[in-house]
Amino acid sequence: MGNPVIETEELTKVYGNQKAVDSVTFSVYEGEIFGLLGPNGAGKTTVILMLLGLTEPTSGKAKVLGVDPTRDAIKVKRMIGYMPENVGFYNDMNAIQSLRFIGELNSIPEKVLEERIEKALQIVGLEQDAKKKVGAYSRGMRQRLALAELLIKEPKVALLDEPTLGLDPDATSKMIELIEALKKDKNMTIVLCSHYLEMVQKLCDRVGIMIKGKMVAQGTIETLAKEKFGMGQEEYTLEEIYMKYFLEA
Amino acid sequence: MGGLKVVFKKELSDHFTSYRFLIIFSLIWMVSLLITYMVGTSIREELTGIAKPRYVFLLLFMSSGGFFSFIQFVAFFGPLIGIILGFDLINREKNEGTLGKILAQPIYRDAVINGKFLAGVVTISIMLTSIVLVITGLGLKVVGVVPGTDELLRIAIYLIVSILYVSFWLGMAILFSIIFRSVTTSALASLAAWIFFTFFVPLGAGIVAKSFVPHGESEKTEAILRQLSIQRSVSLMSPVSLYSEASSTIIDPTKKTTRAYVLMGPFEKLSIERFSGPLPISQSLLIVFPYIISIIAITTILFAVSYTVFLRQEIRSL
Repeated sequence: MGNPVIETEELTKVYGNQKAVDSVTFSVYEGEIFGLLGPNGAGKTTVILMLLGLTEPTSGKAKVLGVDPTRDAIKVKRMIGYMPENVGFYNDMNAIQSLRFIGELNSIPEKVLEERIEKALQIVGLEQDAKKKVGAYSRGMRQRLALAELLIKEPKVALLDEPTLGLDPDATSKMIELIEALKKDKNMTIVLCSHYLEMVQKLCDRVGIMIKGKMVAQGTIETLAKEKFGMGQEEYTLEEIYMKYFLEA
Repeated sequence: MGGLKVVFKKELSDHFTSYRFLIIFSLIWMVSLLITYMVGTSIREELTGIAKPRYVFLLLFMSSGGFFSFIQFVAFFGPLIGIILGFDLINREKNEGTLGKILAQPIYRDAVINGKFLAGVVTISIMLTSIVLVITGLGLKVVGVVPGTDELLRIAIYLIVSILYVSFWLGMAILFSIIFRSVTTSALASLAAWIFFTFFVPLGAGIVAKSFVPHGESEKTEAILRQLSIQRSVSLMSPVSLYSEASSTIIDPTKKTTRAYVLMGPFEKLSIERFSGPLPISQSLLIVFPYIISIIAITTILFAVSYTVFLRQEIRSL
């Protein structure tokens, strides 16, 4: 394991009377893909928003690359790339304009930005459609463009919230390849929230399972399998492990 | 600051390339040209034989020419420009998921609302300035009288007041677009506010004023004056009345007060006019200063409310 890139300690978020995140403690290490699993409303997205400094924790601490997102959200947002669950685009812009807009918001110098746009479009395979309006893009193309928007920032950490949501099998496998490449080629640390457990099992080095705001388990899939079933991963899928935790909770 | 500039640039380009802007801009242009032409033609006919007409140019803005004056037109339809530019500025981005994406970038949250409001104000300024310039140009051609410095100054002040007035409505529309998630609801709320301030406040002012006058005293001069005073005070709660009074006083140099309580017959009017001369611009400004300050104040308060609500909103609802 490398150095911890993300660290949380008793992170809690309360909305009104409801505890969305309840004393969550976990770490994500340099260069690893950490899968954050859980049913809808488990608090995964809230954890991500707190890591980005977009919402303040009610109590507890978080650190991203040694910076507290509550105190210096701008610095954290500069270092993190975030791909939201339902990523939106300005439909009247084309891919280049969309990427340029994000680049400008990140204060990337113009010359550097042009190079990064070209490179990012190439990586996600959208260079042929770069001048098409985003409104005419398919769901898969939009997801790839969202990834390109993340790439032009050249972040050290990527937070991906349901990156394969609503994609067909072909687009899903392309997205998985792209996420794998982020780790392999760029040594990016990735937090991946997903319900697509097959993908999580394939990509993630470690996983954390969140249920009703609590982190009920975390570790490698092998460790979790041993904890629950007393045997190795090869006999149980992540789905079975997850269901076991879910039903017990 | 960088974030504000980027958002401002994008919003400005969005406004100028939107069909919505082009349609309302063309509509206002057409009506303005029509008013100017009609007013200009009637002024030209009336000026025949007059050697040194004064303040003729301002008549282009304040004369109705059988239709309605440009001042009345802006007072009545100006709010619609602000509403149309602002009613979906924030909630459209919430619904399309672009707001969350922008806020995840390294910019301060207020850069979004400041950039949007500023871009709206600049769009309004460009729109109104171009219309006033066109009226001035067409007026020069039709009336054939060159405006003096005083007239140009009055037009400039009127333009600034009009920009502030339309910006108030933009601020109100933005506030509704922050409060309501649905674009239709925010549009309806903005229109309801416009109808309320344009029709119901003046109507209500009359009713409220009447209720303060004791029964059977309505014929007495004191009671009539009191009633009119109350009616005026209540109607000034509407930005439409504030703007109408301010703009008509600034544009009309012969208007010496915003209060015109007593109805005069033609002979009384004539005898008063014998002793009346136009006010210098500084005096007109002095009269409307409280109105201008009030328009600035309500616009600022409204924007401050929008700003606070937007900044305090939980990101999960964005």
